[in-house]
Amino acid sequence: MDLRYSPEQQIFEKEVREFTRENLDPNVARKVLEGCRLEREDFLSWHRALHKKGWVGVGWPKEFGGTGWDATQQHIFDEVTADAGAPQLIPFGLRMVAPVIMNFGNKAQQDYHLPKILSGENWWCQGYSEPGSGSDLASLKCKAERVGDHYIVNGQKTWTTLGQHADWIFCLVRTSSDGRQQEGISFLLIDMKTPGITVRPIIMLDQEHEVNEVWFDDVKVPVENRVGEENKGWTYAKFLLSHERTGIAGVGRCKRIVKRLQNVAKKALANGKPLIEDVRFRDRLAQVEIDLRALEITLLRVLDAEREKRQPGPEASLLKIKGSEIQQVLTELTMMAAGPAALPYVREGDNGAPDVEWLSDEAFRYATGHYFNFRKTSIYGGSNEIQRNIITQLVLGL
Amino acid sequence: MNFSLTEEQTALKDSIGKFLERDYTFDDRWKVIRSPEGWSREHWNQLAEIGLMALPVAEADGGLGGGVVDTMVVMEQIGKGLVLEPYLGCVVLPAALIKAAAGTEEAQRTSLSEGLASGETLYAFAHTEPGQRYERASVALAATPQGDGYVLSGKKISVLGGDCADVLIVSAKVPGDTEASLFVVPATAAGVTRHAYPMQDAQRGADIQFSNVTVGADALLGARGKAQAAIDYALDVACAALCAEAVGAMTELQKITIEYLKTRKQFGRALGTNQALQHRAVDMLMHVEMSRSMALEAAVSVDNPDAAARAKAISGAKTLVSQACRFVGQNAVQLHGGIGVTHELNTSHYFKRLTMISVTFGDGDWHLARYGDALLHAA
Repeated sequence: MDLRYSPEQQIFEKEVREFTRENLDPNVARKVLEGCRLEREDFLSWHRALHKKGWVGVGWPKEFGGTGWDATQQHIFDEVTADAGAPQLIPFGLRMVAPVIMNFGNKAQQDYHLPKILSGENWWCQGYSEPGSGSDLASLKCKAERVGDHYIVNGQKTWTTLGQHADWIFCLVRTSSDGRQQEGISFLLIDMKTPGITVRPIIMLDQEHEVNEVWFDDVKVPVENRVGEENKGWTYAKFLLSHERTGIAGVGRCKRIVKRLQNVAKKALANGKPLIEDVRFRDRLAQVEIDLRALEITLLRVLDAEREKRQPGPEASLLKIKGSEIQQVLTELTMMAAGPAALPYVREGDNGAPDVEWLSDEAFRYATGHYFNFRKTSIYGGSNEIQRNIITQLVLGL
Repeated sequence: MNFSLTEEQTALKDSIGKFLERDYTFDDRWKVIRSPEGWSREHWNQLAEIGLMALPVAEADGGLGGGVVDTMVVMEQIGKGLVLEPYLGCVVLPAALIKAAAGTEEAQRTSLSEGLASGETLYAFAHTEPGQRYERASVALAATPQGDGYVLSGKKISVLGGDCADVLIVSAKVPGDTEASLFVVPATAAGVTRHAYPMQDAQRGADIQFSNVTVGADALLGARGKAQAAIDYALDVACAALCAEAVGAMTELQKITIEYLKTRKQFGRALGTNQALQHRAVDMLMHVEMSRSMALEAAVSVDNPDAAARAKAISGAKTLVSQACRFVGQNAVQLHGGIGVTHELNTSHYFKRLTMISVTFGDGDWHLARYGDALLHAA
């Protein structure tokens, strides 16, 4: 029983830290640390730097060009890069569709798509949710009709994160209405340039454009773009969701936010005294740090179980719930630390400076926006209530 | 990083598990509760045979030289079985205190450790005082120098194992000293009066009055006026042990509750088919698993030579575990309904033990404040 990193792991940690220092664009790091909106190129410059080093296929097996890192190394990489202000690697290609293609795709699909996902040439987005199918995903209606060598896709997807940047979308489509609804779903890979696809922005409560609606109007998709068998898509969809489990807790990012919050609490003054001296605030900060530490060790336990190829225990299912709750508490605390600076709605001016002049402290500029934005975390990826249903069934056996 | 138990640790866990199955059923436990002593010397000897008493004592001092993780393994089983024998109060806590306070004074350490390791001598740490709450440095019991020795006067309360201990380790302050000292006092010494009582969870304890108790200079454990570090260390060890015990008890209580949700029927179906109850049960599980993680954190941090880092880790763990003790205990009772508030079912016994753990050696608020102090001082 030992929670420390081994000497080899410590060397690896140092290597990642040094690489990040040398290769992460300082301007991108600044934007991440200050919580600014990132452009497509901000994500991609970091992605390409990692690709050049051979470090982008985190969690991928070596045969597909992955790093071959074990789970602990993945955690170290996540923690160190997040701490330095690296943008999150967009998961839709790397962590979501790629494992599906590796496990269920054919050789042609693997040869074509995986290298382009690794290099960052193709940006992927996710076509799962529909206006009528949120938590009840299997009720989805977006229809794909087989006509010769093609499927003709008609319908609508929604909550498509960063779909405005995407080159490809992976889609769950209905190919049959017979039998159980789970048994009529197929998994398609669709080029976003195909005629008939329309992307419309959804402006969220923080007034940002992060997600989209994607409309399909007689979109012709070659049959060879179907992954696996027809009507077996639900199996692949569930595989994708479970594969994502450990990343979703966001421990690395949370640790970075805690660090920032600690700094803020030392600087923000009330009556000339730093906020950290306010016992009520300090209690809240202490509590969330403790909860985060418990989450981190729980994550390490899950990773360790995976390393030993033991079945992940009940703790795995808890990561999403706990992780999203902690992320929400952290954004709420940052907003509270801002005090009256939480009130103005701040836009970035043309010169990158905020248009509310007295809000010069970058830590607070986006605090409230993030608080609003992070309400999504307990809703997406299967709402926390759905997660509780899953644990009820699979772990408690009720 | 490694989360596995060694072969020896697994064997230790299994032998205590067997003892619990064979000799510590709920009925056996009732018999012990109703006995005049409230614990069983026979059980004590059985646990000593497994090696539990010698476990936390260094090999050089006649023990088995077990580490903090071994103690964690033991305490988890003790929590699972709701063991009444005063292992924490009479073994874990005094062993840590003797180790830390006697330090390099080998002769003193060895002589005290011998009886502890064999299970023949019971020690208890008399520290808590009226009005002290959880403040560890606030010691009022006076040790007035007289001749070569000291005269002890004052009162200790809620002493774990204070009812049965042969030897008391007493914190006291010599007038003029800024820090407390520790004295080793036979429980039968003239002027020592014990008022023993059962605790809320059926464990036993005592208030102990010291009225002009005369002790020699050799009663001092460690250096005079320099005991605070040892006291802090020993109480941190005890907190880590409590976290592990809580995890054992919570895990069992969670299991019992799920069983009940599966079998108890109302409105013609099992209680566990109701989503409101299902989600509550999941929340209980989350508290148990987060506690398990923090009990690990506490165990591996307890021997951190950086005392400030140790304090922060232990208090973080005890905060979270104390909160979980309340949540899991209260909701186990709630999910059981009426039967949960009776004395006849073990549910309430687990609930009571978890509640006591949550308020022993610092409650969640006290440890949260201690953790917050660490944040403040790092600022």
